[in-house]
Amino acid sequence: MTMVPDEFQELEPFAERWALATERERWDQRLGSTMDELQAFYDVMLPRCTDAMAYCDKFPLNDMPEQPVNLLRMIYSFVLISFAVELWRQPAVPDTGATSYDRVSEPQP
Amino acid sequence: MARYTKPAEGSWTEHYPELGTDLVSYQDSISEEFYKLEVEAIFKRAWLQVGRLEEIPRSGSYFTKEIKVAGTSIIVVRDGEDVRAFHNICRHRGNRLMWNEDPRGEISGNARMFTCKYHGWGFGIDGSCVNIQQEDEFFDIKKGELGLVPVHCDVWAGFIFVNFANEPSQSLRDFLGPMILGMEGYPFEKMTDKYGFRTEVGANWKIFSDAFQEFYHAPWVHGTQHLPPVTAQIREMGYEAPHYQVESPHALVTTAGSVHRIWEMPAELVKPSDIATKSGLFGPWEGTDLGELPAGINPGGIEPWGLSSFQFFPNFAILIWEAGWYNTHQFWPTSHNSLVFEGNVYCTPSTTATERVGRESAAVTFKEYSLQDANTLEATQMGIEAGVIDSWPLNDQEVLVRHFHKAVADWVKQYQGEHDGVSAS
Repeated sequence: MTMVPDEFQELEPFAERWALATERERWDQRLGSTMDELQAFYDVMLPRCTDAMAYCDKFPLNDMPEQPVNLLRMIYSFVLISFAVELWRQPAVPDTGATSYDRVSEPQP
Repeated sequence: MARYTKPAEGSWTEHYPELGTDLVSYQDSISEEFYKLEVEAIFKRAWLQVGRLEEIPRSGSYFTKEIKVAGTSIIVVRDGEDVRAFHNICRHRGNRLMWNEDPRGEISGNARMFTCKYHGWGFGIDGSCVNIQQEDEFFDIKKGELGLVPVHCDVWAGFIFVNFANEPSQSLRDFLGPMILGMEGYPFEKMTDKYGFRTEVGANWKIFSDAFQEFYHAPWVHGTQHLPPVTAQIREMGYEAPHYQVESPHALVTTAGSVHRIWEMPAELVKPSDIATKSGLFGPWEGTDLGELPAGINPGGIEPWGLSSFQFFPNFAILIWEAGWYNTHQFWPTSHNSLVFEGNVYCTPSTTATERVGRESAAVTFKEYSLQDANTLEATQMGIEAGVIDSWPLNDQEVLVRHFHKAVADWVKQYQGEHDGVSAS
């Protein structure tokens, strides 16, 4: 079985890298990526994001099968990297140097 | 030309004449001596917010919290309908009572009693000493007098507050006062989905908090969170708040809804990801309908209303957003020029994936702008610590910064008055 539903096969090559359970993992992935990698993920997600949200809406949030959960986590990653791609033109927030702001709790999924 | 009507005195600052309009010194933010006074005068006398009732849902639910500024760690525990707080110290030999793996780390969970790792002494959730290992080996031991040392604790609107004074001079409600109490009725208890953040920053707790007392900095520090044409427009316009309110030591600033309504902007000026997710900078466009909010959430009666930022003295803030979510900021000093910065975003539990993505957007944005603030304020601390300049201008949009430093000075002065001979050098 693929990580994401059949309707979203163009996202499958990115799933292993971006279907991550926590913001901490997603943040580390953003900072550890090149702008080309972020742009490629952004370009494949942007046109499918609205459809992907509608697809996930068909399942109860607290009892979601694995494929839509992966899709949902990829949408979170898309939201997270959108700043880097659309505004900053770099993975980190400009002028933030070594400063961190760690997410220590969050709802699941 | 002001976009919003100012008070009859001509400015918000002059509306509160005790604030003055002079240049302001930040000597209070670079002095180790003054910090020592703040610890005694403020952090060991004011009510301090430490968490939400939802974090301890059942009898026996507890969490620990190290409060370095008070030099102690506390245990906060639900005991039936009551919430209790104790110093996290075993009465036998002084061991930190509740910890796991790392004595500096926090722990939470559910307990029937607290058992010390050192010699196995046990304490009930009401703090009483219930078990002494080999009790008959001790001399004249009085178990009834060896309970955990309590810390004053009270709950308002589900927020748990503690007070380290021997006897607080005010009840929690008297301390909070009418403006803060005006938030009562906001459905905090329904907003149980929490996105929590934490970091350490090299800035004085007031210098850091100052950036959350005003939005004058927003066009410059945060203006780049929009596409470039909007950034330019925001910087051209500058920032004005329609309403400020000081009810010392607490304060409030409200912003207008118009600046938050991204969906009313032309599509070419909105980030494509915001359009795709129908959410972004200020949370989900759809918003969460929380029903009618108490009038005290928007005491200036501003329409369209966007956000009210309630500044709780000394180190806590609640920001209530039009889109039906709220966040908190808290500033815990760890020295005269460092602090732990904690922030939480709270929403009602998401019922659909679309709703959850909207909240995720709000939480992601919250982090992006908090990071911008955090690094800027280390730079501010450095500039002030250089000691080259000691009098700084503040404009009318920074009225709450002016008030905040005065409120701190007032509390320190009052403490000094009660303790002759204690002075800041």
